[in-house]
Order: sequence, then structure tokens, then C-alpha cells
Amino acid sequence: MFDILIPSLVDGLLLGFVYGIAAMGLSLIWGVMNVINLAHGPIIALGMFGIYLAFTILGLNPYLALVLVAFAGLVLGILIYYVAVNRVIDAPHLSSLLATFSVNMIIIGIGTAIFTVSPYNVDFTLGAVDIGPIRLLWTRVAAALAAVIVTGLLYLFLFRTRTGKNIRAVANNRTAAELMGIPSSRVLALSFGIGTMLAAIAGGLIATFFPFTILAGGGYELRSFVIVVLGGLGNPLGALVGGLILGSLEGIIPVFMQTSWVPVIEFVLFVFIILVRPSGLLGSRV
Amino acid sequence: MKILRKPGFWLPIMLVLLLGLWPVMTDNAANREVVNSILVSVALASSLNILLGYTGYVSFGHIVFFGFGAYTGFYLMSEQGWPIYAAMIMAGLVPAVLAYLLGSAILRLRGAYFALATIGINEAARAFVKNFDPLGGSVGMQLNFQIYNDYGGAAQALWLTYYLLLGVTIVILIVSYLVRFSKFGLGLMAIRENEDAAEVMGVVAPSAKTRAYVISAFFPGIVGLLFFFKNATILPGDAFRLHLSIETIVMVMLGGAGTVLGPVLGGAGYQRLRGTLLVTPLFRNVQLVVAGVLLLTIILFIPAGVVGWLRYHVRGLRRVLE
Amino acid sequence: MILEIHDVSKNFGGLQALSDVSLSVPEGEILGLIGPNGAGKTTLFNVINGVYPPTNGRVFFQSKEVTAKKPYHLAKMGLARTHQIVQPLEELTVRENVMVGACFGKEDHGLGSARELAEEVLDFVGLGERKDQMAASLNVAQKKRLELARALAARPTLLLLDEVLAGLNPSEISAMIETVAEIREQGITIIMIEHVMHAVMNVSERVVVLDYGRLISEGTPEEVSHDPKVIEAYLGDPKLAEEIASGGQQGGGL
Repeated sequence: MFDILIPSLVDGLLLGFVYGIAAMGLSLIWGVMNVINLAHGPIIALGMFGIYLAFTILGLNPYLALVLVAFAGLVLGILIYYVAVNRVIDAPHLSSLLATFSVNMIIIGIGTAIFTVSPYNVDFTLGAVDIGPIRLLWTRVAAALAAVIVTGLLYLFLFRTRTGKNIRAVANNRTAAELMGIPSSRVLALSFGIGTMLAAIAGGLIATFFPFTILAGGGYELRSFVIVVLGGLGNPLGALVGGLILGSLEGIIPVFMQTSWVPVIEFVLFVFIILVRPSGLLGSRV
Repeated sequence: MKILRKPGFWLPIMLVLLLGLWPVMTDNAANREVVNSILVSVALASSLNILLGYTGYVSFGHIVFFGFGAYTGFYLMSEQGWPIYAAMIMAGLVPAVLAYLLGSAILRLRGAYFALATIGINEAARAFVKNFDPLGGSVGMQLNFQIYNDYGGAAQALWLTYYLLLGVTIVILIVSYLVRFSKFGLGLMAIRENEDAAEVMGVVAPSAKTRAYVISAFFPGIVGLLFFFKNATILPGDAFRLHLSIETIVMVMLGGAGTVLGPVLGGAGYQRLRGTLLVTPLFRNVQLVVAGVLLLTIILFIPAGVVGWLRYHVRGLRRVLE
Repeated sequence: MILEIHDVSKNFGGLQALSDVSLSVPEGEILGLIGPNGAGKTTLFNVINGVYPPTNGRVFFQSKEVTAKKPYHLAKMGLARTHQIVQPLEELTVRENVMVGACFGKEDHGLGSARELAEEVLDFVGLGERKDQMAASLNVAQKKRLELARALAARPTLLLLDEVLAGLNPSEISAMIETVAEIREQGITIIMIEHVMHAVMNVSERVVVLDYGRLISEGTPEEVSHDPKVIEAYLGDPKLAEEIASGGQQGGGL
């Protein structure tokens, strides 16, 4: 049984790193401004198509293209913040949920008009290596590695730079931060941008090994919710850990039962954690 | 009865009744289909409004009750041979009981946590039903067309479900009005405005919230059964479609949360708009974009919805628009 | 005794907000509760009306144990309170706010009689003309009166007033004090937290002083204002200490 379990677990874990980054974006936005970004899924999908376009049309190496995708994600996020979120940032939760959901509809609508809903894939491979029973696809290893690097950079940014410290100050107490002269709406816009950037990067990485459609982001968005709750809303490092937990569950469960039970277990776990330990397994905020 | 003299009571009912009678007067099945989809929206939005608008709890996965009711009724009809009327009652009761059980657990959660939990429950339910063979698993269930003969043939059965849906919608509106203008409703609105302060004033929030949740879960199940009985087939993806849940919230917001009339206008308006966009060649591909832009505009600029806006800006309408 | 508190303590994490507070309040009394900022006064109210359960100790209301009962249980038994930070139900009208108090308080009114009671109470607190306004549109002084009206509409036997005078100007203060005195005449027992010293010293029959979560002094306004422990507790605020010491005599506001 270990012959199946171990490779499946390793695959799951590698994927878990990427899930982690997607969830980190959601978690950061939640932590800084208490907004649940329902446009998260479509942005993940845009990340996928970004890599696809850069690779097939411009002929760029996907990992090089990832830098472009990240930058585009950042800009798009800042734009979304100013258009849709800024005005309702202090309104009840429902407003920001629906505002981001309308952005979701707009992106999906445009995306469907351009790409239809048929599947695409990035025809790119780095080969594989066999270690005992384990077959490692290099694209997956590279994705996990990229995820770790991105997490590291995010932490350096949040804890070592002035702007990063401003973000944490606003996350802690926006009113106090404003009194200290931190331009909160610019900080919020940037945080939103970084959150969507992370989503776009995650999408881009997934596109290097899975086929996708414009609607594919939805599944990853729901996974991000589960992960964020596992790791604690507003705790980016928790999101990475949560991603690894979810990834390994997705690796382990199919060994014992049909793959279609995976979401049942994921979501039951999700509801259970919200009820029992709403601060997440790791707790604490940004 | 005093309420029988209130224009705010009659207006939503008359609107729905007039709309509902239009296909009957024209004896036109195509019109009936148009109105049918509007009634589904109005019924779902008005049910959700009891929780969302009156109590202030944002259920993102409310469609789970639509799905569970539909599956319950569908199973009883297709596998157990129940008549539609009895199946309708169960299609309401089973989700209501489910809401009672769930409610005591998840209604402790506030704000976004509650919203997330309801999404999780809907997704767990959908994934579970997909795996649950007695309910057909991922391929769902189909009705044997013979069943329509019990109701005078397929054409007659479609009209029957239509009348039933119209009746259920009107019952929901009556319930919505009665809740809104009762002591129970006042307690709910106090919870919506400030739950802690409401409890200090003596509102027993846990039981009031649970009751609101149960009421708002009862009707979507019946609507679900009628919807899928008409389609003769039910699939997990259609019954627990998260997107429909969110669209229902949009309808409530569009018309005006917390009012009786709001979900009627919002449900009808949204459904009509969607229909128009879908059949207009210019917009067919981008109907989601147009709907999204419209929604965003409303959220940003008219957060109280159409009815809320009118009540605020036109004093004279306050007695009429409830 | 309408209210008895036995050795109540409350911890928040490592912070000891109340330690071993014991207190008895006879029916019909008007009791002042004073102490420096952060002394635990509002926490004591929150423990009494069930917002938080105490870490230790027991609370009896009308001779029934109510330790860790929920706020709505206490409301139905006849306890009402106002909040230091006003908590209006903003998107409801002023009248509806007060009706909530009447409907769900001790007397459990139906909507019709709650409406009448609400109008009566609103006239009493001087908000009669604003009953159809949204609560959000009131100013601070009016919101304080609304808090009071909601509490009174519950027809309580014990009323907890948490800084109803804070943020009011001198003429609003004297109007509010008059209202409180009238409430007292209806036979309602009152405990009031107050920082406006001359007011509390004048209105109260008895005063208790909290400092760092402990009850440090208890007695008539006269006795308390000469208690060295009280003067010491207020040392950080000499002006206030002076005001306490001269408490009973000055009372210019009345």
C-alpha cells in the first residue's frame, strides 16, 4: 500500500504549496481589511490564462512569464480595490462580499466571451525523475519551490520594509494607523493588490501541470477558503501550512476511498473547524 | 383583520398575482415559462430575506435547502410513489428540520464566519449527494414520464406545478409580511441592528434566530421540488448550485433587504434582466458582465436597494412600500 | 436585598478586572458606583447582567441565583441597563427601539401596548417629538436618552445606568439628573456608574468605590469622600480628588 500512498502523498504535498499561496492571498486581504474576496477564483483563472498566452503567443518561458503575471495581478488587484472595494470598506460585510462577487461575474463574463469554457493547457514539460516508487514531475517541484520563495519574499516584505510594516499596522488597527499618518487607503489598495498577485501566481503555477478552463478558479477558491480557515483567517504563514494539510489530505484520501469523497471530507472539516475553532488551527493574525 | 386594510400587505401580493395570471389569461405556455422562472426567483429571494433582511445573517449557501427539499420530494415521488402534495410537505419539512439542527450550531457564528460556514455546508452537501447512490449519485434521478399521467398528462402537470408555485409564492409573501410586522419580527430586526444590545433588552436571540432560519429554509425546499418535478430530472450540480445562492442574495439586495416588496421587485427584475440579456445577441456573450456591472453599481451607490431608496427619498411612499 | 454579589472575580486572560467584590443593594436604593478609569465598573455591570460569566463568585437577583445567566434571562426578570457607549438600533425608528425594550423586557408586552408604553416613556425622557426618526439620526445626548427610554420601557425593578451623563453639556446634565430622580421616585432601584462627581455625590444615598477591580470603600457620599483610600485612589487625578473631597457641599450642577 505504501507504494501507492507515498507517491500520492508527495504529489499532494507539492500541490499543497501552491494551494498555500492561493490561500495566502485570500488570507492577507481578509487579515488586513476584513474583506472576503469572492473574485479570488477568477483571478486564479486569469493567472492560468496569463501563463498560457505568454507561453503560446509570446513564446516565453512559463517561469519568466510568471513575473509578468505577478505584476499584472498586482495592478489588477489595485484597480479592483479602487473601483469596487474602497467605497464599501466600512460598510457591512455583505457589501464587500457582493462587490467582489460582482467583479467575479465581470471577469468570468469577459473570460467566457474570449476563451469560452473549453479546456486549455500549457504544453510545457520539464520531465520527471524517479526516486524509488516516487515519480517527481519537475514542474510540480518547481511550483512548490516557487511557492516557498514567494512566501519568503512576502515575509521579508511584511516584516522588513517600511511599507510592509505599514500594512501590518493597518491590519492591527486601522484607526490607530491612520492617526499615525499612515495613508490607509493606499495601504489597503496595495494589500489587495498583493493578495490578487498571489492568486495569479498560484494560477500560473497550476497551469504548468494541469489543464484548465476559465471557470477552473472556482474550485481553487473554495479550497482556499478551507485552507484559510485551517490556518487561521488573516495568517499568511498559516495559509501555507493549511495548504500542505489540504494537499496531503488530497494525496491520502484517494488511496482509501473514491476521489469524489475528497470534497465531502474537506468541507465537513471546514465547517467543523469554523464551529469549534474559528481562529484556525494556528490562530493569530498578520 | 387589520392587515387586510394595509396597502403594504396587498401591493406585493397583487403584483405577483397579476404577473401570475398573465400566462393563464393568454393561455400561453411560453409566457408561463417566463413567469415560472420569475416566481422561483421571487419565492427564493423572499424566503432568504427573512434571514438576510430581517435578521441580518448572510447565508451564502441557502440553496442547500432548495437542493435538500428537492431531493427529498423527488425521491419520495419517483422511488416511493408519493403524490406531489404530500411530497411538497416533506420537501418543506425536511429542510426545516435540517435548518433547526444546523441553526443551533452555526447561528452562533457572526458575520463572515457564518457566511463561510453556509458555503461549506452547501459544498459538503453537494459533494455528499454526488457520492450517495440511493439518491442517484452524480447522475442524479429521473422521473418516469408515466408519473405525469397521474396529473392529467405532461401538459396539465406543467400547469399544475405552475399554479402550485404561484400559490407557494403568495404564501411566502404573506408569511414574510406577518413576520415583518410581528413582535417576533421586531426581535429579529433588533438582532440585525445589534445582537448584543438586543439580548440585553431581553430578546432571546438564539431561539429567535433559529426560528427565522427554519422559516427561511421551509419554502425553498418546496420551490426546489416544483422546479425539478417540472424538469423531470435532478442533478447534484443543479440542486446545490452555489451561484444560485449568491444570485438570490443579489435579488434581495437589488430590491431592498428587510422589506416585503423588495425581494419581489429584485427577484423579478434580476430574472427579467437575465432573460433579456440572454436573448439579445449583442449581450448574450457578455450577459454576466452586464449583470456584474449593474450589481456593482447598486452595491456602491444604492446599498438600500430600490425599495429602500424609494422609501428614503419619497416620504409619501412609506406607507405603501413595506 | 434586590441584588447580592458574593466574592465576584473576573479575569480576562492575565488581567484581573474584578477581585472578590461583594455588594448588597436593598430595594429602592440609589447607589453610586465610582472609581478611576479601568477600575472595573463596567465589567461589574457586565457580570451582573450576564454579558460575561464571572470567573468566580455568585450573583443573586431578587434572591434567585443568576450567576452566568444570559442577559435576556435577567432582562425578563426585571433588570435593565444602559450602555456607556450608546448602542442604538440604528436603522429602526426611535419608537421601535423603545418598543423592543417593552416587548422583550419584564412585562412582555404585545406590539399594541408596547407602542403605547413606548410613546409614554419617550414623552417622559423628552424624546416624544422624535419618535418617528431613525435612531441613527439622533445626537449623542438624545441617544443617551434613548438608551434610558429603552431601559425604562422594560419596566425594570433594577436599573443599571452606565455613565448616562458623560458627554453631556451642563444643562443636559441637570435635565438628565432630574429624570433619574423621577425614575427613582417610581420605586425603581438604581445603580449608577458616574464620573461627574458632584452629580453622583448628590443623587446617591450610598456610594461604593472600585479601584483596580477591588471594592475599596463603601458608605454615604460624606463618608466615602473623606476616606483616605479613596483620595489615594484618585491621586493620579488631583482635580477629581478635590472634587470628591468637596463632593456633597459643592454640587453646583443642581
